[in-house]
Amino acid sequence: MATIETEIKVTPEIAAEHGLTAEEYARIQKILERDPNITELGIFSVSWSEHCSYKSSRVHLRRLPTRGKHVVQGPGENAGVVDIGDGLVAVFKIESHNHPSFVEPFQGAATGVGGILRDIFTMGARPIAVLDSLRFGEITAGGRAEAVASGAKALGVAASSGRAEAAPIRSNVAGIANAETSEEVARNRRILDGVVQGIAHYGNCFGVPTVGGEVVFEPCYANNPLVNALALGIAHRNELFFARAQGTGNPVIYAGAKTGRDGIHGASLLASAEFSEESEQKRPNVQVGDPFMEKLLLEACLEAMRTGAVVAIQDMGAAGLTSSSCEMASRGGVGIELELARVPQRETGMTPYEMMLSESQERMLLVAQRGREREVFDVFKKWGLDAVEVGVVTDDGMLRLLHHGKIAAEIPAHALAEEGPRYERPIAAPAPQKAEKLFEFSAQGMDLTENFRRLLASPTIASKRWITEQYDSMVRTNTRVGPGAGDAAVLRLKESHRALAIKTDGNGRWSFLNPRVGAMHAVAEAARNVACTGARPVAATNCLNFGNPEKPEVMWQFTQAIDGISEACTVLEAPITGGNVSFYNETLGKAIYPTPILGVLGIIEDAECALGSAFRNDGDAIVLLDAGRAAASQDSVVREFSSSEYAKVIQGVVAGEPPAIDLNAEKRLIDCLVDLAGESMVLSAHDVSDGGLAVTIAESCFASDGLSAEVRLPADGPVEYALFGERGARAVVSVSAPSLARVQSIAAQYNVSASRVGTVTRGEFRVECESAQPGVVVRGKIDSFQKAWAESLSNVLDT
Amino acid sequence: MKFGVVVFPGSNCDDDAHYAIGEVIGQPVEFVWHQSEQLSGLDAVLLPGGFSYGDYLRTGAIAKFSPVMRAIEKFARSGGLVLGVCNGFQILVESGLLPGALMRNKHLRFLCRPVYVRVENAETPFTCGAREGEVLQLPIAHGEGSYFCDPATLGELERNRQIVFRYVHRDGRDADENDFEANPNGSLAGIAGVSNRDRNVVGLMPHPERAVEAGLGSVDGRVILRSMVEYLSRDRAAERVSA
Repeated sequence: MATIETEIKVTPEIAAEHGLTAEEYARIQKILERDPNITELGIFSVSWSEHCSYKSSRVHLRRLPTRGKHVVQGPGENAGVVDIGDGLVAVFKIESHNHPSFVEPFQGAATGVGGILRDIFTMGARPIAVLDSLRFGEITAGGRAEAVASGAKALGVAASSGRAEAAPIRSNVAGIANAETSEEVARNRRILDGVVQGIAHYGNCFGVPTVGGEVVFEPCYANNPLVNALALGIAHRNELFFARAQGTGNPVIYAGAKTGRDGIHGASLLASAEFSEESEQKRPNVQVGDPFMEKLLLEACLEAMRTGAVVAIQDMGAAGLTSSSCEMASRGGVGIELELARVPQRETGMTPYEMMLSESQERMLLVAQRGREREVFDVFKKWGLDAVEVGVVTDDGMLRLLHHGKIAAEIPAHALAEEGPRYERPIAAPAPQKAEKLFEFSAQGMDLTENFRRLLASPTIASKRWITEQYDSMVRTNTRVGPGAGDAAVLRLKESHRALAIKTDGNGRWSFLNPRVGAMHAVAEAARNVACTGARPVAATNCLNFGNPEKPEVMWQFTQAIDGISEACTVLEAPITGGNVSFYNETLGKAIYPTPILGVLGIIEDAECALGSAFRNDGDAIVLLDAGRAAASQDSVVREFSSSEYAKVIQGVVAGEPPAIDLNAEKRLIDCLVDLAGESMVLSAHDVSDGGLAVTIAESCFASDGLSAEVRLPADGPVEYALFGERGARAVVSVSAPSLARVQSIAAQYNVSASRVGTVTRGEFRVECESAQPGVVVRGKIDSFQKAWAESLSNVLDT
Repeated sequence: MKFGVVVFPGSNCDDDAHYAIGEVIGQPVEFVWHQSEQLSGLDAVLLPGGFSYGDYLRTGAIAKFSPVMRAIEKFARSGGLVLGVCNGFQILVESGLLPGALMRNKHLRFLCRPVYVRVENAETPFTCGAREGEVLQLPIAHGEGSYFCDPATLGELERNRQIVFRYVHRDGRDADENDFEANPNGSLAGIAGVSNRDRNVVGLMPHPERAVEAGLGSVDGRVILRSMVEYLSRDRAAERVSA
């Protein structure tokens, strides 16, 4: 019987419908030395898609530092691998699932988690933690900053509705909702709710603790939320697995869930081409995840690997069978021949095209030693999973697909995987902003205490407990510092006295205002957070969320961000071991803020020394560690402060520049924090970031058991800047009085100033500033501030 | 004395329970595969938390048909100690070894947080090392832990002192089904754990195996595992005497 695809004559038009340019199509003809059939065209189109081929980013990604003394495996494998001592390695990577999460928040987020978990256990590592970096549109009527658009015009970026310019600044300040905004707000809440429940559903059932990440709200994410999931796993260094097919004649084994028609990119084409009725059926393009199946797949894969009969293994993620088979063949320098009729199928009458492009979840492709395949089959049978020999490794370097013995596709695997297009896309800096509205200091009727309360309640700063409590953050009993308890998540290792700390960070607003500096801050903040727990940063992973790379301004943002990350990762000695690029984060031509998310991994030599952010005892000294310098001129203070959370919340201003960054100062602070924690000289550590010092100190109180603080900050520009400025290279630590002198002498060794700014108390919460006029002060009952911070999210989301 | 930790497809607290019993409490322990039809050589069996069979159909509803559950029913009838934690509790309730039902949390969301439970009956093999009225801090992590039963059953539970743990405030104050701060899932009469009539089978939603190391937040879970050890060794001593 003739297979369907041979009945479709491939034309340049059909190639175009597959998103292939004329040049790309010509390249395919050159590689094949003939016209491709429809199956081959589909295979090329997914393999050479931006998502799979990195064709727009690859030339720039080369600039990232990827080597370091701990790095065992850099970018190019399923995940990065880092040596953590005691014969163990950490395997970790971050990946985006943005568009699916907008189309179908619950399943989009769930399968995002499922995908990154497979990347980890494909390498032989057992996942021990997941973090999620989330970005949503505003969930309260306030915060529709007109300045978002004013700063954004040059890039055609806009606030949630694209009508942001029309939103009067006062309505931001007063937080008055009109009909439209409340509609958007309701939708943003639904997206958040679906995403959070999707992450919880998958991680909780799979049995991996979701221990942290961050959640940030900006209007620009309303039509394009960001869902970046990071997974961390542990393996014995000598038991790692790679996706490199070896050994002519070795069996290729398909394991896990059956293949269905879900997630097929070419579905529209098939449907529009006039042939058989059965292929008229359409399926939703967002895959449906089954965490129970994935849990079984995890246990079966790790057990199969222990038999020693597995040669290579690769999960089926994006482009399913296509990418897994051609990557394993290409990396191993061999060929693979598959008989697609043997592929376990969920539906009848599937064509080779459909099977090769399906993105059904929870599937694996393995190469086993010929003669020992029985051992592999037995393990999967024990776990109740399909495992079928679907092909063999060949020596001719071809990816050859048979369907009922008839050749359905024949493509040189290496050319498919490695000779895809690479683009040097045009780059152009956006036109300079003119006449931005900057922050106005000491505006009329400034009430610091009231402003502080509003800042604490702004969703980006407020407690995320409503979200994190829906995640099982404790399963596997390694979570030493969990959500909200410290600046980074800390996981002890049962096989070692060491612990791992991990955190994601990224500031889209700053990256928008200055992509290079913003990206540096993302690296620095993640590393600083890791160091606050007492861990030395050793490696990083990145998820680069940007708009349409065919726009020169977006490409400019991208290359600037790459330069910033490269510089920061080099100075902070946290090389990039992997990650993912997510382009085309645009809806109706409106791009998101450029949002590079960095995940930084650190090692704590003695798990017992892990630090949280909570103040510990009444009477302890509150010490400000500061390795940097305040902004030089009044003008730069204004521009810097105009990019702060305070400026956005209080005056609806998003403008100016991110704080200047001094990477060497960041490095000195990090080394100082690690040293202090290692000598058990400090009782808590919390870095200064969103909301500035006042918020940092308040959060250390909130995390504690009912403690408060009395603080007098040194003069540092205008009082609002001193209290709420977000300049980096700073952290607040608490110290028992006897240790104070020792702490200051250690800090001095790193050229970090350590000034006592206050005391932990059980009384009124009070933050004043030397430069303030008398009476200008933040003061009130700690409980009342905590209430504003703690209940902000549940107040709007529990409806 | 030997403990067994049952492994169903989808169990995900089995390693944690094995570690708590073996490494922290220091007792011999082995995994029991869901298809085993006998529990030879075991003195106590723990049904761990997780999502057995994906929680499909209804939590515990499929697990109760697995071969090992028939073995566990026999084991329980002959006086063996059976402890069900979280999903393990749900399975014991589904298979009729414990009374009542576990329903969706009142606020309909999965919830992971430390809670306080009060020991209501210190005369069980699982609480004999605790004081009556002692308040333990244990973590919960579940979406379907709201205990429910009909008034007649509740009366019986009270009369036979089968309510072993109740959700309470930190200071030990009661928490009724609308007091979500302390009774996080809205359980009837604050019930967090119950036993069978003979008190050799107990199920609870909180996770004692997650509260056995100071570095992880609480060590209050130890008293439950240690009580089992204490009871079993007394049992052994008694046997030796009678022999």
